[in-house]
Amino acid sequence: MDLLNAIVALLNFVVIPATAYGAQLALGALGVTLIYGILRFSNFAHGDTMALGTGFVILFTWWLQSMGLSFGPLPTAFLALPLGIALTAAVVLLTDRSVYRFYRKQKAAPVILVIVSMGVMFVMNGVTRFVIGVDEIRFADGAKFLINANDFKAATGLAEGLAFKASQAQTIVTAVAVVALLFWFLNKTRTGKSMRAYSDNEDLALLSGISPERVVAVTWIIASGLAVIAGTLYGLDKSFKAFNYFQLLLPIFASAIVGGLGSPLGAIAGGFLIAFSEVGFTYAWKKVATYVLPESLAPDGLAQLLSTDYKFAVSFAILIVVLLFKPTGLFKGKSV
Amino acid sequence: MKKLLAATASVALIAGAASAEDIKIGVVLGFTGPLESITPAMGAAAELAMKEVTDSGKLLGGSTVTSVRGDSTCVDAAAATAAAERVVTTDKVSAIMGADCSGVTGAILSNVAVPNGIVMVSPSATSPALSTAEDNGLFFRTAPSDARQGEVVTDILKEKGIGSIAISYTNNDYGKGLAESIQRNFEAAGGTVTISAAHEDGKADYSAEVGALASAGGDVLVVAGYVDQGGSGVVRAAIDTGAFSTFYFPDGMVGQKLNENFGAELNGSYGAYPGTDSQGAAMFKDLAGAAGIDGTSAFAPESYDAAALIMLAMAAAGSSNSADFSGKIMDLANAPGEKIYPGELAKALDLIAAGTEIDYEGASAVELVGPGESKGNYQEILFADGVYSTVNYR
Repeated sequence: MDLLNAIVALLNFVVIPATAYGAQLALGALGVTLIYGILRFSNFAHGDTMALGTGFVILFTWWLQSMGLSFGPLPTAFLALPLGIALTAAVVLLTDRSVYRFYRKQKAAPVILVIVSMGVMFVMNGVTRFVIGVDEIRFADGAKFLINANDFKAATGLAEGLAFKASQAQTIVTAVAVVALLFWFLNKTRTGKSMRAYSDNEDLALLSGISPERVVAVTWIIASGLAVIAGTLYGLDKSFKAFNYFQLLLPIFASAIVGGLGSPLGAIAGGFLIAFSEVGFTYAWKKVATYVLPESLAPDGLAQLLSTDYKFAVSFAILIVVLLFKPTGLFKGKSV
Repeated sequence: MKKLLAATASVALIAGAASAEDIKIGVVLGFTGPLESITPAMGAAAELAMKEVTDSGKLLGGSTVTSVRGDSTCVDAAAATAAAERVVTTDKVSAIMGADCSGVTGAILSNVAVPNGIVMVSPSATSPALSTAEDNGLFFRTAPSDARQGEVVTDILKEKGIGSIAISYTNNDYGKGLAESIQRNFEAAGGTVTISAAHEDGKADYSAEVGALASAGGDVLVVAGYVDQGGSGVVRAAIDTGAFSTFYFPDGMVGQKLNENFGAELNGSYGAYPGTDSQGAAMFKDLAGAAGIDGTSAFAPESYDAAALIMLAMAAAGSSNSADFSGKIMDLANAPGEKIYPGELAKALDLIAAGTEIDYEGASAVELVGPGESKGNYQEILFADGVYSTVNYR
């Protein structure tokens, strides 16, 4: 019974939240890694692309709701997602046309493009605040729980409750589907193959007749799709606040770099690694330990390695360790 | 010789009382900054009391009282000190009604009020640290210290038979002070505080914070935060994960937003926030309403009372000099004596002139304790059917 309680507590406070968070990070990191692999620069504007895209999705969600449309037990935001992605992709393509293309033509060094992307980040940051505001917005509707903590307690008779939010399940399912689709696209379709070819060797790809502008455009569209999906899932699961997406930038980059920049598989692994480390390091293990260990060994303190305030420090520490000892990341991406 | 002295003294007293003057009182509040939405009503309430006294013509032989406003900014101690310095040295105010936030109040007190010997009455600073500040008997407040709130919290929890609590507080002076006060009182009463952890405002997700709180356990989660900020986030995560089902809400958390955000999910939870059922509150609401001020706005009643106490103390001392009247404030605010409510300042001045003791109740049922701070009246709330309602006054 005690062991069961320990497992349930662990699932409730560590495994389920970290898995959902990891899936959100993985989707974000995939976008970053894709841009890095093909356009060859770290796109600092990714976090704010997420915020802007989620803002659009929220606006479309309100519009759909005002027309009386809903998606049954699923959030209306899922209906609004394609519209949000289309609009965001349009904005991002316009940005590429007006800003990035100029520097690409000049064959600017990656570090210049990074600075340029920071400029884009600040502009998008401001635009997002103008469009949707700075307040906290909750736009999740539909069913809230798959498993409710109190119902679970009543049904099983355990002391610990298990909560599985619908938004967490949606996040995990959507992430799996999106990742499967992306890998199929990159590995099986002609456009996907040309993107990989362009990423591996730009000159050879150009020689074999691949249109660089087309590859760039498709990359931006996919990256903004990933950003909007990741941002919307994060917003549904937690809440939307424009500034929070800016703060997500650090764990997202940590995920991409830990996995190996340019490696899609690495981005996913990195996302989960960062998420589980953040949650694991800041979780107070007292409860689980008390259930599992014999009474004499049970901790008096909270058995918490780091205060929750230092969540982001965990990303930083992992990032530094990886850069020091394995700069190409776990999955042998391009070196930074 | 004795007779002569007594005669000269009484002549001097009469002469002093008879010479009408223009008394200035500084109203130093955060007219810009985080409290700018409530300070206009606070300032207007204080000026309402000044107008009432001026119109009566009964203070110190028909003296008039005018207000001099200064901006405390609520957060910038240097700017607040400069503003207070200006009203004291340039405008020559006799007393300061203010400041509002605890941090700037302490700064003005030690940098301006004490060096210049000026009485200062704050309507809204609640930090326990101000109770022990070096004030030479010049500082008073018509707001209760959060130390008092810690006692109220402990009383309520003990009455409900709660043995252990977890505390989550917002990471600033208010949250930290309140959390410490609650912990100290609760532990002194024999209770156990399993954890007292800070949360940062403005985050999207508080499940990690709640994970730590849940691991520590406790019968009730005390959320010493803001309802518009992280406090609601912590409650949300705690309900979603089933970590806690009963909550205690201190003053920063009680608001309409709680009903909107959670509704029936909070049934059975409780809390307390400042408030009184005394007739003064209702009278002040009408009085302020007639003057176009929202009398229920936060700390507006306390502001009226702060200004009124300053002027009544001047009348009782027969002088507008801070050194003379600072000692009178405690006597006037507390029993025994005839009770004085808002709108009755003229009557109070008459009674003082006649030598009758008064007990100033005012708009917020003022009773000053300890180093000259409001004893504090709290209304206890309970959630039932998705809304909270006041069940008790203490």
